[in-house]
Amino acid sequence: MGSMFRSEEMVLAQIFIQPEAAYPLMSELGALGIVQFRDLNKDVNSFQRKFAAEVIRCDDMERKLRYVEDEMQKDKVDIPDLEEQPKAPNPREIVDLEAHLKKTEKEIVEMSESSVKLKSNFLELIELKYVLEKTAIFFNERKKSVAESPRNDLVSEDATNQEGRSQLSFVAGVIGRKRMPAFEKMLWRVCRGNVLIKQVDIDETFEDPITGNEIYKTVFVAFFQGDQLKERVTKVCSGFRATLHPCPSNSNECQDMLKEVKINIEDLTLIMNKTQDHRQRVLNAVAKDMKDWNVKVCKMKAIYHTMNYFNKDVSKKCLIAEGWIPLNDVPQVQTTLTTISSSCGSSTPSFMNVIDTNDNPPTFNRTNKFTKGFQNLIDSYGMASYGEVNPALYTIITFPFLFAVMFGDVGHAIIMLIFGAYMCIYEKSLEAKKIKSEIWTIFFGGRYIILLMGLFSIYTGFIYNDIFSLSMNIFGTSWVDAVDRISLEDINKNNFIEFNPSVDSATVPYPFGLDPIWQMGKNKIIFLNTFKMKLSIIFGVLHMIFGVSMSVINYVRFNKKYSIVLEFLPQIVFLVALFGWMVVLMIIKFVWYGAQGTDYRVGTSCAPSILIMFINMMLFKEPTQHDNCDLYIFEFQPTLQMILVVVGVLCIPTMLLGKPIYIIIQRRRQQKQIQIKDNVNKTMEMQPEIIKETDANKQESDGHGDDEPLSEVFIYQAIHTIEYVLSTISHTASYLRLWALSLAHSQLSEVLWSRIMRISSMNSFVGAPFVFLIFGAWAFLTIAILVMMEGLSAFLHTLRLHWVEFMSKFFIGLGYAFEPYSFKRILSEDE
Amino acid sequence: MGASYIPFIVFTTLWAIVGIVLPFVVPKGPNRGIIQVVLMLTAATCWLFWLCCYMAQMNPLIGPKLDRHTIMILAKEWGNSPITLAK
Repeated sequence: MGSMFRSEEMVLAQIFIQPEAAYPLMSELGALGIVQFRDLNKDVNSFQRKFAAEVIRCDDMERKLRYVEDEMQKDKVDIPDLEEQPKAPNPREIVDLEAHLKKTEKEIVEMSESSVKLKSNFLELIELKYVLEKTAIFFNERKKSVAESPRNDLVSEDATNQEGRSQLSFVAGVIGRKRMPAFEKMLWRVCRGNVLIKQVDIDETFEDPITGNEIYKTVFVAFFQGDQLKERVTKVCSGFRATLHPCPSNSNECQDMLKEVKINIEDLTLIMNKTQDHRQRVLNAVAKDMKDWNVKVCKMKAIYHTMNYFNKDVSKKCLIAEGWIPLNDVPQVQTTLTTISSSCGSSTPSFMNVIDTNDNPPTFNRTNKFTKGFQNLIDSYGMASYGEVNPALYTIITFPFLFAVMFGDVGHAIIMLIFGAYMCIYEKSLEAKKIKSEIWTIFFGGRYIILLMGLFSIYTGFIYNDIFSLSMNIFGTSWVDAVDRISLEDINKNNFIEFNPSVDSATVPYPFGLDPIWQMGKNKIIFLNTFKMKLSIIFGVLHMIFGVSMSVINYVRFNKKYSIVLEFLPQIVFLVALFGWMVVLMIIKFVWYGAQGTDYRVGTSCAPSILIMFINMMLFKEPTQHDNCDLYIFEFQPTLQMILVVVGVLCIPTMLLGKPIYIIIQRRRQQKQIQIKDNVNKTMEMQPEIIKETDANKQESDGHGDDEPLSEVFIYQAIHTIEYVLSTISHTASYLRLWALSLAHSQLSEVLWSRIMRISSMNSFVGAPFVFLIFGAWAFLTIAILVMMEGLSAFLHTLRLHWVEFMSKFFIGLGYAFEPYSFKRILSEDE
Repeated sequence: MGASYIPFIVFTTLWAIVGIVLPFVVPKGPNRGIIQVVLMLTAATCWLFWLCCYMAQMNPLIGPKLDRHTIMILAKEWGNSPITLAK
């Protein structure tokens, strides 16, 4: 049987590991990814665990790696991707790695610090340069305004300078542009207006050495008299974080200083460039190993983290690990143990023990790339209980098929098929690209689902005879004689002519799918409605019968054979007697009633409405006589229907009371047995009951332990019965969405064609570019509305049909997923 | 009954081969069961779908209602009617 029929069998194993072999063994097991280790030290604080120190070491290394990565990102150094995943490092490599990382980190930290220092020095020098330059302008201006002659010698100006302004002093500095207005106001207030401030903006932006942000600065000069004001001004400057620069008032000194500053700046720029080069070289050298180290450290951390789960043996000689392993993978684990033991050369080999347990194992479904998508669809609803039948196996076909019933259009299906096929054929290269978009991940994960949906939709599209809302005439319409029979008068008299099937249609229906003549009929929808509604109900009832039958497999597996008679049997009889009978009526109507015979009683006017017939059956009502038609299809129909309804209704109390009564009888029998044993030996017999009770408490998937109070059993059964009975009706009607969505789809595509594409049919030369544009609009709308929106909508409805209408009939879904200790999983989680 | 038996036999045998014969021919491997289930379900659903469509049309209760221009074009293209589009 296929491995997807139910979840894999799991065993709980104890592995005894020699301490020397522990690390390489975990490294191998992580690569294999087949064991789910249990935490045996749950109540131990994470800092008190055995390998806590190693985990802290790994954390430290990760921190250093992150720091280096951040620095690389700041400098935009490229980190090349890995070709292949490296293995977890052995202890010797770890020490080397640690030392290397430490050295690298130290280097980079030193370089960063020195570059910060250099940058602040540089900043100061640049500011000084600007101050000198701009203040020179001020002094020149002032001298120009003071001196009578515009072109005085500098030396003589100095003399004039000294005359009236002997007490005027100034400070010059640089402040951030944003703070300038507030600064000005403050200075004005502090000096009571006895200050003259001049400012010039610096056009070049400065880079803040610490944050790297760009700041605009302004040079200012403040002139004042007296020392007190000088003190105040200095204080205000420091408060506003303006940097003051000593500025000589003498223009000669000014020029000299300026020259010096310029030389200093050049030197510093050289040093900074050299430092930057050195930094780039170091970072580049480390860059190619970055990802490699990341993976190694991650693996190492995972190994130690998992090793913290292990217990120390009583003799303190080896580690004990407990874990769930799929039965099919046990030999692989054993061979790994023996190889590692022999390669480590330890005196006693590590070995494995399978232990019996009542614990609930995790659910593991082995999937390949094709079945993974479908398994995900089912797991999203709920993880199947351990040992339960797996609905994903049937979903592989029923899901795309039910989608196709709602989507049926060859043209749109081909678009979907191309998209799905593209993703499947190029899956390797697309996966390697590691596209991060979430929408793409969803589409790519479901590529096989999309491929199958496209394939099935092509089939249903052929049967609905709908390709972009047009029909194909492959086999020749079977109404061709009708067309031939129309005379010229008929055409002249009437706008519309309705073909009469008793006279006009051929004896042979269109062999594959819907006759293409219906595409042109005004009453197409009437015909399609009857066809599609019956189709939906037929498939719906069959799907539900399939679902109920699945529960038998679960009853057999979980040793509840009595449920087959007490639960499954009444459920299926109820469903088949009522709704199965409706399906039979539909088929009878298809086969028996037609307009082509001579008997009017099986003709068009007498064909019964299935719905009315069903309602009358349920209400035990006589159908209304009309038109000389037969009341019933065949003679013993009323008695047969009555029997079916009575049988169906009788199933309800069976469902309601069957199982609880059986449980009561069973418990009474058990108690009698215990009482008999009790009389023989009292004390010893009490214990098995207690043990049985605690065992029953553990088994959650059972749901009905031996100690569950009887009232709970009754209530549970009542809820179950009501749910089932109501759901047969509501779910049957729910399957009509297959009809509704396919109608919506075909009507939408018809609207797009007749209202958009048709207007481009012109007979002039203008028509050519016009067709081009109209086709563009039509194609865009087709893909956006009909393929994407309708596709998504039909997908959702099909998912609902599976989850609610199909799986609620048998699915338990109380399991938990198998999460093996696997490097692949851990690394992909980190990304 | 208004049904010829040829399409019925053709399609039933086609899907019978897919659903009943092919599962025996599936190569042995880990996915044998899955492929068998896939084949059987495909055959069953597709055959039933075709059958419903065929049954719906073999004894039609109503006929298509066509506009007269459409009928004239049909007569010209598909049929042997004396009606022409000379008008």
